[in-house]
Amino acid sequence: MAKTLRRHIIRMTAKAGSGHPGGSLSAVEILTALFFNHLRYDPRNPRWTDRDRFVLSKGHAAPLLYSALAEAGYFATEELLTLRQLDSRLQGHADMTATPGVELSTGSLGQGLSFGIGIAIAARLDRRDYRVYVLVGDGECEEGQVWEAAMAAAHFKVDNIVAIIDRNQQQIDGWTYEIMNSEPLDEKWRSFGWHVIEVNGHDPAQILAALEEAKTVKGKPTAIIAHTTKGKGVSFMENNLEFHGRAPTADEAEQALKELE
Amino acid sequence: MAVEMSTREAYGKTLVELGKENENIVVLDADLSRSTNTQLFAKEFPERFFDCGIAEQNMMGIAAGLAASGKTVFASSFAVFASGRCYDQVRMSIAQPRQNVKIVASHGGISVGEDGCSHHSIEDLALYCSFPNFSVIVPADANETAHAVRIAAATYGPFYIRLSRPKTSVVFDDNYRFELGKAVTMRGGWDVTVIACGLMVHRALLAADALAKQGIELRVVNMSTLKPIDEEAIIGAANETGAILCVEEHLQHGGLGSTVAQVVAKHQPVPMSFLAIKDYYSPSGKPNELLERHGLTSEGIEKEVRALVGRKG
Repeated sequence: MAKTLRRHIIRMTAKAGSGHPGGSLSAVEILTALFFNHLRYDPRNPRWTDRDRFVLSKGHAAPLLYSALAEAGYFATEELLTLRQLDSRLQGHADMTATPGVELSTGSLGQGLSFGIGIAIAARLDRRDYRVYVLVGDGECEEGQVWEAAMAAAHFKVDNIVAIIDRNQQQIDGWTYEIMNSEPLDEKWRSFGWHVIEVNGHDPAQILAALEEAKTVKGKPTAIIAHTTKGKGVSFMENNLEFHGRAPTADEAEQALKELE
Repeated sequence: MAVEMSTREAYGKTLVELGKENENIVVLDADLSRSTNTQLFAKEFPERFFDCGIAEQNMMGIAAGLAASGKTVFASSFAVFASGRCYDQVRMSIAQPRQNVKIVASHGGISVGEDGCSHHSIEDLALYCSFPNFSVIVPADANETAHAVRIAAATYGPFYIRLSRPKTSVVFDDNYRFELGKAVTMRGGWDVTVIACGLMVHRALLAADALAKQGIELRVVNMSTLKPIDEEAIIGAANETGAILCVEEHLQHGGLGSTVAQVVAKHQPVPMSFLAIKDYYSPSGKPNELLERHGLTSEGIEKEVRALVGRKG
């Protein structure tokens, strides 16, 4: 499935001629684990009250989310090639008013976790057992709102929320440690009152084990720091900043798809 | 009509009533619950009240998440913080997805007074009127506030309701029924129309009394809903009185005056004038001193109306 999602991401961004392949490819295993081995949902009823919620806070990874939603059955995979076209349901950044299965409109960074806390509190008020998963970029953690939310989630003791940090160490202008150093990231989350698990973000077994561990943590939220590689799976895209926000050309896409056979 | 009550006080009381009637209502505040009066709800329903601390951006996100899960959410702070401090969060998480969040902000305008410019909210109406999907209300008194808050709770979608810090004169009696998007003619008149909102409505009524003695019949319209605006009432006033003065405790651009002027320019151009906060940041001072500095008094209204009568030709 991971390879299938990667192929979708390459095809759809190449067709659109724009988009964010790098940060989509880095989180492929995370979404594969969530959507095909962990989350409770019903694609025929996207607003099912008891569904687990997946919130894509790093909204530029929309190509990845759309690929996972299509493979999960929310809409046909053919629709993926309409990405970014006028009046397509697949907007440039995640849009909850446009796409079935998208929980929040994102793209302006730092906002998903706060929204997730609201959902987590609602679950508690309504005595429902669904869980909330929020994918946050590591560069995104530079936004102050992320830490307002980190403080609040621990304060309100919401243990039905998991923040997964896609630690690919790159942002648009360079390596995160050069642009705005956020290390030690694990200690930051721990000191804000979170249970922290670190995993290889490309190892499905480690991701799934962390998701299960998070279910057993009571009285505090869990942060999974997933160490990943931006552009993972395509040799010339890996750790190549250029592909944060540039789509592959037709030739590059062809080569990428060959590597992903 | 000598009765005075602050609109924020009416808000706190109404929230408690709503909380009793509807267990789906959840209230958030950002460490100002004693001032916004959400503390009354907090005391009554602690399990449905969340103080988010001094973090307005996060509060708006939490509000959106609760609303997306079926709750009717009230989120409160001072107007200056509930607008400028979290504009993008409101835009992305509440306005665009049309979430059922009611942002009720106290301490609107310069009648905040002594706290000074950091706490004067003079741009908030422009900011909130700029959002698609939002309804924006500035109640004229405590009674209208109670009704507006109830209507907001009962109407799906995002609302911004702007309240004031000081006690203000009550202009509506208990029989008043607020209708979203409907202006109320408080006093009939055929010479000039004053369209006002918030605490300026009472001042416009005082001006009408004074002008009546000078032979000028002033129509006073309470335009408490800025968005969606009551175009019919504006066009009617333009047709029937031939001149319009807009009065608001907000910057001259982006609030009531701008909105009304757009309708007038499109449908029925007539001479207009604008009495609003001038284009600078005000110092500390007593509420009335500050309002006076900007001409936001009944005398100021009288003066502008007399000038407009002259321009009618």
